[in-house]
Amino acid sequence: MPYATHSAAERAAMLDAVGVDDPDDLFDVPDSVRFDGEYGIEARSERATRATVEEALEDSADMVEFLGGGHYDHYVPSVVDHLSLRSEFLTSYTQYQPEVTQGFLQALFEFQSLVVELTGLGVANCSMYDRATALGEAALLADRVRAVDGDRVLIPDSLPDRVRSVLDNYTDGPDIGVDTYPTSSGTVDVDALADSIDDDVSMVYAATPNARGLLEPDLSAVGDVADDHDALFCVGTDAVALGLLEPPAAYGADVVVGDASVLGLPTTYGMGLGLFACREDYLRQVPGRLVGAGEDEAGNRAYTLTLQTREQHIRRERATSNICTNQAWLALRAAMHAAWLGPDGLVELAETCVTGVSDACERIDALDGFTAPVYDGHHFREALVDCADPDAVVEHCRDEGVAVRTVADGDDEYLAVCVTDTNREQVDALVDALAGYGGGA
Amino acid sequence: MSDDAPHQQARWYAGEQYEPLLSEKRTETVDVDSSLPDDLTRDELELPAPAEPELARHYTHLSQMNYGVESGPIPLGSCTMKYNPSFTEDIAAHPGNRVHPLRDDADKQGILRLCHELQDALATIGGMDAVTLQPPAGAAGEFTGIQVAKAYHAAEDDERSEVIVPESAHGTNFASAAMAGYDVVELPSNENGRVEVDALRAAVGSETALLMLTNPNTLGLFERDIEEIADIVHDAGGLLYYDGANLNSLLGKARPGDMGFDVMHFNLHKTFATPHGGGGPGQGPIGVREDLEPFLPTPQVRETDEGYETYAPAQSIGRVHEFLGNWLVLVKAYAYILRHGDEGLERVSETAVLNANYLASQIDYEVPYGPFHHEFVASADADAADVAKAMLDHGVHPPTTKWPEIVDEALMTEPTETESKARLDDLAAAFDAVAATDPEDLAETPTATAARRIDQAAAARTPRLSWHALDEE
Repeated sequence: MPYATHSAAERAAMLDAVGVDDPDDLFDVPDSVRFDGEYGIEARSERATRATVEEALEDSADMVEFLGGGHYDHYVPSVVDHLSLRSEFLTSYTQYQPEVTQGFLQALFEFQSLVVELTGLGVANCSMYDRATALGEAALLADRVRAVDGDRVLIPDSLPDRVRSVLDNYTDGPDIGVDTYPTSSGTVDVDALADSIDDDVSMVYAATPNARGLLEPDLSAVGDVADDHDALFCVGTDAVALGLLEPPAAYGADVVVGDASVLGLPTTYGMGLGLFACREDYLRQVPGRLVGAGEDEAGNRAYTLTLQTREQHIRRERATSNICTNQAWLALRAAMHAAWLGPDGLVELAETCVTGVSDACERIDALDGFTAPVYDGHHFREALVDCADPDAVVEHCRDEGVAVRTVADGDDEYLAVCVTDTNREQVDALVDALAGYGGGA
Repeated sequence: MSDDAPHQQARWYAGEQYEPLLSEKRTETVDVDSSLPDDLTRDELELPAPAEPELARHYTHLSQMNYGVESGPIPLGSCTMKYNPSFTEDIAAHPGNRVHPLRDDADKQGILRLCHELQDALATIGGMDAVTLQPPAGAAGEFTGIQVAKAYHAAEDDERSEVIVPESAHGTNFASAAMAGYDVVELPSNENGRVEVDALRAAVGSETALLMLTNPNTLGLFERDIEEIADIVHDAGGLLYYDGANLNSLLGKARPGDMGFDVMHFNLHKTFATPHGGGGPGQGPIGVREDLEPFLPTPQVRETDEGYETYAPAQSIGRVHEFLGNWLVLVKAYAYILRHGDEGLERVSETAVLNANYLASQIDYEVPYGPFHHEFVASADADAADVAKAMLDHGVHPPTTKWPEIVDEALMTEPTETESKARLDDLAAAFDAVAATDPEDLAETPTATAARRIDQAAAARTPRLSWHALDEE
């Protein structure tokens, strides 16, 4: 065993102390369920293990990605790795003993504070798993705070299937209905939303930037529709976009969910950091961990997990959520990244997400057979591109080492492109790949 | 106590306070000037703006005011806080991980290959027929497993309303079952700390969807009647769920699938040593027997003649995470499994069980029940919360306290296999020093930690959850 720490003599002394000859004698497992087979896994040296796993990792293609769709890449400064990998952070447990885990608690308190600053809402938790599970939790919160019969939540028809599927699982238990309302030209059709809503709706959800890459032009009107029916207004967004956008609380958001892994985490096959903030009115219904400031015996400010009576280890089946292990270390990294950027840096990064995609669209639109963007409006990171055969274009781009994807929008299918600070300088490769596609329109 | 304490945690001061908040160091407010129209953007943004050298000091100070497994042992019961091998972090840093999940399958063969190999390895270790890697934590695994079981029953046209959970079970079991819409039926333990078979027989029926069980249970006791328990549940048409939190005690020795479990979750951040990161990310894959495979989340990964591909199981419950949970946790856990191999994994469990039994034999507190596997629950003769605080002054992290409730003033202790005999002796010495301390003096502890005793009740009465709340005072 690679991390064995007992010498033969120590092991013998321990066996002697517990009164057995062999550790196997300590296993109180009936013979009938004893495993006498083999897993068939061969042990390896550290070097060989690295070689095995890294060789497999190298089987993936070397590509320039313009994918987005809920998982976004931004440059993460080296200092974030070096600090977050300090073992006192990385190898620590949940802060059940606050006196000895002040450092992490303070870092999480700072993360919560950053989310409060960005959203304008009074309460932010330590994290959810990702934006989809955060939306699921928001629907459950709405169900608890708006106890009306036949509850349902309204989501835009453009919500990605992947997110919808998670929401369906979260709302299955309490039997919350999930209905869609129409979008028009890529953004919320407020009149159609008003036609879709009734007093049995507990929550209206809208995202900015939305699944078409567009910034919603009038979320205040969406909030008003929700308000007219006493439904919670839940806004989906992300931590970088919030650096530039009006704080959701300013236009009436009751809950903000979304992705905070846009800070502190590069592309990692879809790992997320679910952001969850809400108005203080719902404090005792919040899912997940909360860190509060208090005092220690010496009268100094100190931090602790708080309002734990909401949580599963105390409240069991009446807990606000089953979440226990969350994404704390990624919240630490996101806060580090935000602090490294400072307000100037965060605004600049967000502005890059505005100009990068619009510059790319301009160049793509100039190509024969391509129209970009499909919808007018202000884009953030992503936009749709119209062309005759999007699937064939995706295949062609793959051959050129460029990853783009298609998106279905009603009966239409488009290309979707995502441009951030990390692939902005490689837009040439994308434009060349598209230009080299013979088909066009 | 602090004068002769063997350990003093770093404590950074600035004036009358500990390490100041980022917001108290250097904050800037900028006017937001954007190419977007004004009505979409904020007017200004106020955020901390430390220069990088000060940022580095801030977090270095905070790290020094924090305790991890590399600081010392963390014998929290059912948490399996073992040493996290450093080399897996280097694997996680390999550029081959920088792959977007929406790539075409053919362009992410490396990721899919590792998924497939890890699915197979976990299925073998659990004695299960199929595994999904998707759930992003143990509790998410429970929720997924329950949803899969629900879909299975629904497909049989046999909808059921109850999930049975032993009183000593992890709180997440109750919460996950309730979240999935089930009524929770609590099962009392017998005088041996195990499931009372007659009580189970009385509790099961046509409404029983699942029995959720941890084996060994939270007292570290193997449920010796497991086959009979499985028969009772199966005869009633229910399924048996294995909570994998305590799997570190069974590697190479027994498999949940062989005991009759139909669904299980693995806690990769426990059994397979991925770092807990102060509360995540973890990962909670689930394994199922053959009949349940069609209901697993989408996508699954399979091997074909052309390589690896993703697919949606025929009657899939859909997704429980937008993508595949925490990829880097998966890759680190797989590296851990390969590094150990069959023999190493069996030695992990043998040593974990030896360590728990050795520690239990060395402490003065009463340890009811037994024989133990990887953890035991001692009973303090003082307030267990006070005992925990006093242990901090001895340079060790205390066990889980006051739970499970069937032991008075419980100290639920899981040392794991990576503690040396010398460390276990230190831990025993800490237990015994505290046991020998006047209970009234315990209330004065801890003093050797970054902060002194924190009034958690007061913090909950007046919630201050951001620096904005502090500014308002």
